[in-house]
Amino acid sequence: MPRKRFDLTFPPNQATKPITYHLVKDYDLTPNILRAQIQPGQEGRMLLEITGPKESFDAGVAFLEQEGITVQPAATDIKLDEDACVLCGLCTAVCRPGALTMSAETGALLFDKDKCVYCEACVVACPRRAITLSF
Amino acid sequence: MAKTWEEINARIASGEAVVMTAEEFGVLAADEGLKAAAKKVDVVTTGTFGPMCSSGVVLNFGHSDPPIRMGEITINDVEAYGGLAAVDTYLGVTQPSRTKGIEYGGAHVIEDLIRGKAVRLRAQSAGTDCYPRTEIDTWVTLDDLNQAYFFNPRNAYQNYAVAVNTSDRVIHTYLGTLLPHLGNATYCSAGALSPLLNDPTYRTIGVGSRIFVAGAAGYVAWEGTQHNPNQTRDENGVPVAPAGTLAVIADLKAASSEFYSAATFTGYGASAFVGIGVPIPVLDEEIAATLALTDADITATVIDYGVARRSRPALGRVTYAQLRSGEIEIEGKKVQTGPISSIAKARRIAAELKTWITEHKFELVQPLQLLPQPGSQGVKPLDIHTEEAN
Repeated sequence: MPRKRFDLTFPPNQATKPITYHLVKDYDLTPNILRAQIQPGQEGRMLLEITGPKESFDAGVAFLEQEGITVQPAATDIKLDEDACVLCGLCTAVCRPGALTMSAETGALLFDKDKCVYCEACVVACPRRAITLSF
Repeated sequence: MAKTWEEINARIASGEAVVMTAEEFGVLAADEGLKAAAKKVDVVTTGTFGPMCSSGVVLNFGHSDPPIRMGEITINDVEAYGGLAAVDTYLGVTQPSRTKGIEYGGAHVIEDLIRGKAVRLRAQSAGTDCYPRTEIDTWVTLDDLNQAYFFNPRNAYQNYAVAVNTSDRVIHTYLGTLLPHLGNATYCSAGALSPLLNDPTYRTIGVGSRIFVAGAAGYVAWEGTQHNPNQTRDENGVPVAPAGTLAVIADLKAASSEFYSAATFTGYGASAFVGIGVPIPVLDEEIAATLALTDADITATVIDYGVARRSRPALGRVTYAQLRSGEIEIEGKKVQTGPISSIAKARRIAAELKTWITEHKFELVQPLQLLPQPGSQGVKPLDIHTEEAN
């Protein structure tokens, strides 16, 4: 069964629509909200993982777009420019899921891809601008 | 049994000197005892690589024909000081670009210069009889400049705060992004490797000390700004919060981009990571005792940056070993930690300095003048007056 992560952008007037309800009830999909920032009257963003059979998968995505939501494939990795990185470790301070950590012994930067939710906190925090999302 | 500076330098010259990094010395002292370690080792090297906002460079461009007395100066759109002699300037690391803001600051211009890149120099002037030119627009590289040297008014802070945020919003600080409700904690010191934490009462580090600055051999020029020897100290005499500082000087032309890196802190500004290393002679057991301290022995004070006042609340003390574990406990809550000062680079600097000394490329220089000592001075606040004080 296909499983994909999408980066959804909600226009301000659509921010309160119960879209996950429709994905489940009308399209038999399993939506999993990994991260969301939704407030009435403001542009919202959601990192949504969707699992389901191929046919309803495409229909579900079409439904989201029809609702005025911008659907883009989500980042699937982060890229570190090792020449620019100075191993300061500031990215590890803002990584809530604990995907980026420092080795207490060697001071090396460790990345656990399975824990990353591509929230971009490290991208913004990196004082060397050495981290980018890749798709 | 005490050693003198002269004896230690003679041993460096003859290739007999035993040199260790502060981390290696801590291990040796734990294994063989302080007395044996103090006897065996001549020099202990330290290192730190953190953002040091009070840094910058003095540059002299040489004279154009006809000449100009540069008034308003920009380098790659970053403003440099125009209040010195005709073609001298000072460029500070935190100065933001007029076009790119904090994403490209004075720090980035300096990194480009170190990397050998050409930078665009533009200046304006009213014009005078002796300096008739009113405008200049040209490109220069580091090689083209007559003099280019760091003069950093405050580097190598002796200890620093652990920053947290108890407020209910995200805040952006010079210690990074602090998440609300004690969501994280950041800290900024090389701990047991940090130069001034190894010589807490400034016995061997003073004006004239030869040190490592950004990959070049430089000197301690003066006490750093906000040098505060009166800070609270622990039972080992080590400050538990920001205390001593160094003003340093070094040749930019001898600096390396491996040990100097421009930085941008989102929502705060531009800054620069500056690599500083100081060799400390093992004169006696007293100094050996502080050289042997490890991250488990040195503490920092947790400060609430959610309170935007000069005096921010302190929420206890933690050791650098706890901070490096990735998690500390504050008010019963587990809080994830992240460093800002690169321990990997600090180790590189201490190791590099050790190589310089063992290969006799670097001798120690005894301070010409001691830094202000504990008990001598604190830090004064700036009070706001509505009229001229008498």
